[in-house]
Amino acid sequence: MNRSDRLDATFTALADPTRRAILARLALGETSVNDLAKPFAMSQPAISKHLKVLERAGLISIGQDAQRRPRRIEAKPLEEASGWLDGYRKFWEASYERLDVLLDELKAPPKRRKRTR
Amino acid sequence: MKNTGTLKVETRGDREIVMTRIFDAPRDLVFKALTTPALLKRWFGPHGWTLTECEVDLRVGGAWRFLSKGPDGRTMGMRGVYREIVPPARIQYTESFDEWAAQGSALITTTLEERDGRTTLTCISLAPSREVRDAVLATGMEHGAAETYDRLADVLHTLAEKTAP
Repeated sequence: MNRSDRLDATFTALADPTRRAILARLALGETSVNDLAKPFAMSQPAISKHLKVLERAGLISIGQDAQRRPRRIEAKPLEEASGWLDGYRKFWEASYERLDVLLDELKAPPKRRKRTR
Repeated sequence: MKNTGTLKVETRGDREIVMTRIFDAPRDLVFKALTTPALLKRWFGPHGWTLTECEVDLRVGGAWRFLSKGPDGRTMGMRGVYREIVPPARIQYTESFDEWAAQGSALITTTLEERDGRTTLTCISLAPSREVRDAVLATGMEHGAAETYDRLADVLHTLAEKTAP
């Protein structure tokens, strides 16, 4: 996968609330598929489907324990995805903060006139 | 309720970037600030960058041209043509970065909605291809790089917050 495909996969994976909940759980440590399924009113096959999407996006991997096959979180794609839009946002945030100041200034004259009257 | 100042940035489909931001000012002022060179020079550009040249021919078919100077003498040129001008509600124009000019232009549609004296700005940028959109995002990423990116912990914190019962 190239960078752009990777990001697509990451954002698609993050678009679903169940998958975000799974990631939040995995952020606390490796977890077996059974334990992951517990908090959700969902069948294990349904959870497995979500896990597959997360796996394909590289957001999770399978831990060392061959028997439990616990899932664990992978840091890199999340870092990349957060940096991606974050940099663009910062680009504009700086501009818009200055625009806030300018707009305040543009709004000021009528107020001042009112007060001096 | 104070939620001005929060900039929302999203990608939509393969070719779009959608930005939303609320300003604490009526939209005729926002429109003026978006289309008047003397005012644009005072706010446009990321940290450390200044808009040194700004030409705006504000009519349908009219051209615009920005040149920004950044740290280490770097420059960033942009240009385009106005397609639609409906003051103070909507403006549409093409946009190309000098660096990416050969790849075609993006189509930018900015709408301004006013409620209770505050203005919601929505800016939809439709890139000619996914490659160009991603390149533009990457440019922003590069320019924003001086500031630290959110650490993974922050992302996970947000995820955890979103999913908390």
